Amino acid sequence: MFQLSANTAAVLYTVSAVLFILALRGLSSPETSRRGNTYGMVGIAIAIVTTVLVAGLGGKGLLLAGGGLAVGGTIGAVIARKIPMTDMPQLVAAFHSLVGLAAVLVALAAFFSPGSFGILDADGAIKAGSLVELSLGAGIGAITFTGSLIAFAKLNGNMSGSPIMLPARHLINIALGVGFFFLVGMLMSTGGSEPWMMWALIGITLILGFTLIIPIGGADMPVVVSMLNSYSGWAAAALGFTLGNLALIITGALVGSSGAILSYIMCKAMNRSFISVILGGFGGDAGSAAAGDQPERPVKRGSAEDAAFIMKNASKVIIVPGYGLAVAQAQHAIREMVDKLKEEGVDVSYAIHPVAGRMPGHMNVLLAEANVPYDEVFELEDINSEFANTDVAFVIGANDVTNPAAKTDPTSPIAGMPILDVDKAATVLFVKRSLSPGYAGIDNDLFYRDNTMMLLADAKKMVEEIIKAL
Amino acid sequence: MLIMAGGAAVSPLVFQLAIFVLAIFVGYYVVWSVTPALHTPLMAVTNAISSVIIVGALIAVAAGTQGGSQISTWTGVVAVALCAVNIFGGFLVTQRMLAMYKKKER
Repeated sequence: MFQLSANTAAVLYTVSAVLFILALRGLSSPETSRRGNTYGMVGIAIAIVTTVLVAGLGGKGLLLAGGGLAVGGTIGAVIARKIPMTDMPQLVAAFHSLVGLAAVLVALAAFFSPGSFGILDADGAIKAGSLVELSLGAGIGAITFTGSLIAFAKLNGNMSGSPIMLPARHLINIALGVGFFFLVGMLMSTGGSEPWMMWALIGITLILGFTLIIPIGGADMPVVVSMLNSYSGWAAAALGFTLGNLALIITGALVGSSGAILSYIMCKAMNRSFISVILGGFGGDAGSAAAGDQPERPVKRGSAEDAAFIMKNASKVIIVPGYGLAVAQAQHAIREMVDKLKEEGVDVSYAIHPVAGRMPGHMNVLLAEANVPYDEVFELEDINSEFANTDVAFVIGANDVTNPAAKTDPTSPIAGMPILDVDKAATVLFVKRSLSPGYAGIDNDLFYRDNTMMLLADAKKMVEEIIKAL
Repeated sequence: MLIMAGGAAVSPLVFQLAIFVLAIFVGYYVVWSVTPALHTPLMAVTNAISSVIIVGALIAVAAGTQGGSQISTWTGVVAVALCAVNIFGGFLVTQRMLAMYKKKER
């Protein structure tokens, strides 16, 4: 079979890495993004074909690899077609777990066939440097694998979103971490001749992924998903060094920094430090207990007819959607309501907080799905000054991201978090199932204000009733 | 496999490390320019491209079937399948999402 030279292969791998950079670059605007995605697909196709040619897969190898590709590809294509947009966070978490597991498997393969991977030294032992890379690739991959499984279970509702606090969890994590580095040292000193060390290393990091993520509450999942995204990149990069493969090294670095930046943006939007998110425990029962001792305060409740009347007579309305919108699947109903309002001559736009939803940009996708034009949807910093000259802020399924306590109460768990200033609007309509506190477990002062009208009902039903009343 | 630079031998690892560091910087600037509205597609697509680790999986299959350990063959095949789920799933779901972003009709 035709065999590619190593140099030609390296050039082709570089081409595919450049295509990946262009794929990410395309995402700077929705218009260029679709072309970017095509670049990405071409890039991965080039990488696969190049590898098949340079590795000289024989008949049996081609058959096996082709079979794996066909089975996996079919499953992936079916999932991509069927998945509802509301489930994107758990889908992404599930996909991360697969990258993590693949990294572990590739590291194992290299460990058991070091000769074919060209990582043996003159004495027939595995090179020390390669052992470090393999250990890092396998270890980070294993953490990504189990960590993403937990994130998936929490996002998908298979597991409670509240943090699970093991006793002495920091000690356990530190012990596991030390155990990992100890095993890396042992592997290096034995030249990788003892396979049990590699298995133990993978076992330890699998447990570590689990213990790292279970204490992190559901409200912090946007950070966790971004962080695991980053880890999957670093695992790929580590193995790229073992294989001496430029496509893997460059892609790993791109994905690693992308995930890290997203985690940073998410932390900043919650005014939390990355460390405090990782240590976990946020969003537990402490907050709701504190809210419980307050006396019951009067709230102004309204009906769908009241809401319809107020909005019809407004000249400017801003819709503030949150995760509750996704849960109630109300995105299409909202769009219909907005269409009716526009017919009445009302100026309507949407305001999105960076941590609304369960992953970065989740609300934007849901609104896009409901055919809301993206130029009517604004980010926090672009629209926040508009609330002061807005007649109605229509908050649906969002809570903590509008809570004025973030500004006024320095003892609040969300103190300092940037919020959408809906309280500056002349009237606030708040669609919510009940008066219970939000995901962070904090009471919202906004409910009790004079200019707030609570619309207590299921988001979708309420919006449908408003549409009828318009 | 040593590369000469200024007369002294430099290990390929150093060159790889240099490329790695530069790629982190490229990633940093490119990702900051991504519009927040497209952060979900960004995660889906980075997930798809990180499955380029399939390169390692294919090498594993080749290694296992050409005299290497049987373990390599099978871990390789499973890894190829897992990566394929991600590649097809990731790119197609991104494509599906991006197709939904529309401008206002005027």
